[in-house]
Amino acid sequence: MAYNLKTLTEKEERITGGHRMCAGCGAPIVVRTVLRALKPEDHAVIGVATGCLEVSTCLYPYTAWKDSFIHSAFENAAATVSGAEAAYRALAKVGKVKGTTKFIAFGGDGGTYDIGFQALSGAMERGHDMVYVCYDNEAYMNTGIQRSSSTPKYADTTTSPAGSEIPGKVQFKKDLTMIMAAHNIPYVAQTAPFRNLKDLYEKAEKALYTPGPAFLNVLAPCPRGWRYNTPQLMEIVRLAIETCVWPLYEVIEGKFILNYKPKNKLPVVEYLKPQGRFRHLFTKENEGLLDEIQKEVDRRWNRLLELCGEA
Amino acid sequence: MTKERKMNIREDASWKEMLQGGHIIDAGNAEDFKTGDWRSMRPVWLPDKCKQCLLCWPVCPDMAIPVENGKRKDFDFDHCKGCGICVEVCPFKAIDFVEEE
Repeated sequence: MAYNLKTLTEKEERITGGHRMCAGCGAPIVVRTVLRALKPEDHAVIGVATGCLEVSTCLYPYTAWKDSFIHSAFENAAATVSGAEAAYRALAKVGKVKGTTKFIAFGGDGGTYDIGFQALSGAMERGHDMVYVCYDNEAYMNTGIQRSSSTPKYADTTTSPAGSEIPGKVQFKKDLTMIMAAHNIPYVAQTAPFRNLKDLYEKAEKALYTPGPAFLNVLAPCPRGWRYNTPQLMEIVRLAIETCVWPLYEVIEGKFILNYKPKNKLPVVEYLKPQGRFRHLFTKENEGLLDEIQKEVDRRWNRLLELCGEA
Repeated sequence: MTKERKMNIREDASWKEMLQGGHIIDAGNAEDFKTGDWRSMRPVWLPDKCKQCLLCWPVCPDMAIPVENGKRKDFDFDHCKGCGICVEVCPFKAIDFVEEE
């Protein structure tokens, strides 16, 4: 069915307002779009790794989730949800549960790239029929902006403070989407809340209704950690995509497909400039660092083009 | 707009009224928690300029733009935190952004 916002508004929202995520947070936008891709008649079991989303959407005695929700520790959201999936499968076999139930794990980049990585890798390898969604805000925002392996190079965080010793985080960002593609699972995609959210919605739908494990890596800007004004969220996402810092692509049964190719690839400074976490890069002494970032973005983009057969 | 709830945990509720294991049986009851008082800025919907393109609706992190029969209505100010994402995405400048009184 063609993507149409008006038709989609008829679906009931599966997460409510009144959650305690910060004003202008990217994560709830990602979550509500992913949940919208569920068929209204299907049930969902959702587990969230410790992080902003987990602690802010389910503060006793309130929950913002309309589906079954399981609290999970930092490292094991994928294990928790894969266990629930296995249990339901066993119950379905003996006729104790009816209807279709979908299994979704959400995790931030800390709970996905770092701490929950082994649980994620294991759940995907075992072949559970579940979707793991990483909302990537590029640092441990819940505890006060500590660097993670997803934090981009030279970003200022509280554990990689830009100053006279180092110009922010000294390592490049881990490419988790590629690592998940290397698991050779049925569906892997990298996406973001871009324009009318078509890309994110359609990928969530594919991930949910492709049998077997699926992984979505979704960019979710954090105004507090990235140091930009809250209204700019969609513009920051657009710049991440137009500069090829965050390319939109999917991997279906090992086949790479590029979903969006910018007409005019913008220089990476366009993306870095509005964000306070990169402010120190625009001083005289740090001039060379921008070239280094640009080079790495180009290298990764060209490799992706080759993989997608677009080079 | 508080709905009839199955559990009633108030500040003066005793432990006997709590559910074992911290279960919450009213799915989606966070609606009862108002986050509207967080706002320092307030979006103002201008129906005359609004073309009902609905681009503002899915980008709200607080589900605070109600849509009925395919048409958006005024903001749910009980939950809107005043982030202004909707203000920026509106192609028709149909949402003003003013300081909260």
